[in-house]
Amino acid sequence: MKHTLSVLVENQPGVLARIAGLFSRRGYNIDSLAVGRTENPAFARMTIVVDGDDRVIEQVSKQLHKLVDVIHVRDITNEPFVDRELILIKVNAEPAQRGEIMQIVDIFRAHIVDIGRNSLIIECTGDEGKINAIQDSLEPFGIREVVRTGRIAMMRGVRDIDEEEDHA
Amino acid sequence: MTLATRSISLAKEEAPALLSGAEIVIKALEYEGVDTVFGYPGGAVLPLYDALYFSSIRHILVRHEQGAAHAADAYARATGRVGVCFATSGPGATNLVTGLANAYMDSIPVVAFTGQVPLDLLGRDSFQEADITGITLPITKHNFLVKRVEELASVIRKAFYLARTGRPGPVLIDLPKDLTLRLAEFKPPQEVSIPGYRAEPRLDTSAVAAAAEAVARAKRPLIFAGGGVIAADAAPELMALVERTGMPVVTSLMGKGAFPEDHPLALGMLGMHGTTYANFAVSHCDLLLGLGVRFDDRATGNIETFAPHAKIIHIDIDPAEIGKNVPADIGVVGNVKMVLRALLEALGETPDVHAWQNQVAQWRRLYPLTYDQGKEELKPQFVVRQVYELTRGEAIITTDVGQNQMWAAQYYLCRRPRSFISSGGLGTMGFGLPAAVGAQVGRPGETVIDIAGDGSLQMTVQELATVAQYQLPIKICLLNNGYLGMVRQWQELFHGERYSQVDLSQGGPDFVKLARAYGIGARRVTRPQEVKPALEEALAAPGAYLLEFAVSRKENVFPMVPPGGSLDQMLGGKKPHETHPKRSG
Ligand SMILES: Cc1ncc(C[n+]2csc(CCOP(=O)(O)OP(=O)(O)O)c2C)c(N)n1
Ligand SMILES: [Mg+2]
Repeated sequence: MKHTLSVLVENQPGVLARIAGLFSRRGYNIDSLAVGRTENPAFARMTIVVDGDDRVIEQVSKQLHKLVDVIHVRDITNEPFVDRELILIKVNAEPAQRGEIMQIVDIFRAHIVDIGRNSLIIECTGDEGKINAIQDSLEPFGIREVVRTGRIAMMRGVRDIDEEEDHA
Repeated sequence: MTLATRSISLAKEEAPALLSGAEIVIKALEYEGVDTVFGYPGGAVLPLYDALYFSSIRHILVRHEQGAAHAADAYARATGRVGVCFATSGPGATNLVTGLANAYMDSIPVVAFTGQVPLDLLGRDSFQEADITGITLPITKHNFLVKRVEELASVIRKAFYLARTGRPGPVLIDLPKDLTLRLAEFKPPQEVSIPGYRAEPRLDTSAVAAAAEAVARAKRPLIFAGGGVIAADAAPELMALVERTGMPVVTSLMGKGAFPEDHPLALGMLGMHGTTYANFAVSHCDLLLGLGVRFDDRATGNIETFAPHAKIIHIDIDPAEIGKNVPADIGVVGNVKMVLRALLEALGETPDVHAWQNQVAQWRRLYPLTYDQGKEELKPQFVVRQVYELTRGEAIITTDVGQNQMWAAQYYLCRRPRSFISSGGLGTMGFGLPAAVGAQVGRPGETVIDIAGDGSLQMTVQELATVAQYQLPIKICLLNNGYLGMVRQWQELFHGERYSQVDLSQGGPDFVKLARAYGIGARRVTRPQEVKPALEEALAAPGAYLLEFAVSRKENVFPMVPPGGSLDQMLGGKKPHETHPKRSG
């Protein structure tokens, strides 16, 4: 099963290498990993989507915790949270097809961010289901290139991801 | 306060002395209480060695950086303090790698300092540049590439703190050469703040209570003690628990010495080359209390059939160990010493376990460790046994890796913690000699004996020069079988006796001549009756001594649980009398 881990780390060179190294060395499967600075520039937040059963996920979080640069790890899979991903799709678009494509873009509340002679770049944000759906819908026109950010996530309501009981 | 002294102290405050980065390293080491460093110089650490020149810290010049790392590691194992080593950039740093991995696998506190090319040459494939922080990422607890001299003192403080607290381990500090020349003020750092690190987790008292209750209910309880007991200096608490409950004790290789092995309830080592009675006890116990162990596959054999009847309590400082290899019914995270104290306090009346003790004693009588020392061929087990008898288990033993290591573990009974120093997790051939250097430097008054293998010894034999230079009275007992014996044993048992690339009998060296070339006394022993007098001579000699025992070439280590096999299915011992159901869950 896919789990979403929210990981707070020190914003320092080498942290990403440590985390990526841990995953490859111990044979865990990263589905996606998104990273960026937080409201506090000393820290960065990683949202990692990882595939595995409960035992694997428990090991992943414990091993992440052991990294000295990792401040906090939380599996938010079963918490109420908002998650988003951004996708850029370059799709074939002869002038005759543009109208149809624009309808799809509207339905998904996506945007056209670049127009080429016979292609368009479309930007869309949403959860994984929506992103997959728009990609499928555009498939028939011929997708030339896709770039995705991977998932980022935040807990709903007033609770912050990092306020938590002690991690065992 | 007189006017004069006052003005002096004021002057001090006004103009803080500026030190070079290298001087700061030395000052910080003194501040950490370091009195010994193992190392090897080179271009990138010239400033460091220059600062060392004026320091009272003792530097042991090894003959290969691997030796420095192993010596620092063994120094830590023997003394309980942090071991420190120095190496230059590039090849000096990469030569430390095996030693760091070794310390990492066995959770040994070591701080390694490496030189690095100057900051402006970093990342440009400069002369003797190696990305040592990248290389050692997975084999250190943490590492630092220091980029500002102002943070040097606090990085060193953090490194020592990380190395020795929590689950100990090696930490590496990479020092660009120009940084060690730059000037800064040295302020001994106070508290360390590492937001993502917690050395001691809060003790889960309900888990302790559950553990105490489980112990009080068990009819056939067993303790499985590992290196964590030694790291936490918890041997007295372990003894108290045994005295209180009558639980027998098995140990891992790393746990040797955590409990006196001549105690009637000590069953020796479990696992692949463990005693039959230790493995039977594991296979029959109804409660297994794992103390500072990681349930390594060499110890557990087939995990599915490991301790099939037992409720498992796992106590360890590292939360990630609990449930990693074997599912624990009760897990307690914490320093073993603290947890045992809490457990002893929580423990009520415990049941009578005499029937179980008798059962275990019977296994010990029925299935002892055996070897057959005839009149002619010298048996390695006999040699180790003689070493044990002559030192009464009071020496500090270091070992190489292979058959020699397993015979040392089986036949040398350790009576104290920190007296059996062996490469457990990594299984590093060549550990024994540099480890003996580190142990002897750390514990100068003790008898240090290296039980060596002929293949292993040749991997780090250059350290004989270190032994000679510092007049370390190490005794080397070389079990020379002319083979990479353990590999040969596996080829014999599992590869149809096809002995592929394991014969070392051609090419020498003549170890006696070799030792003498370094000015070290040496003697070759070929017959059983010579063993005792030769050992007596070596032990009585004031300096180092090498005894080469020409042992039976094709002797095997038994009993043996074949890889992936169940602990109660051993080769070479008496045949198992029953099989066990698989573990559920
Ligand atoms: C550095 C290293 N290389 C290879 C091995 C694999 N290995 C394990 S035991 C062994 C043989 C050791 O031979 P020796 O030191 O003579 O000991 P013996 O088994 O004969 O007592 C080998 C090659 C190892 N453990 N370490
Ligand atoms: Mg050999």
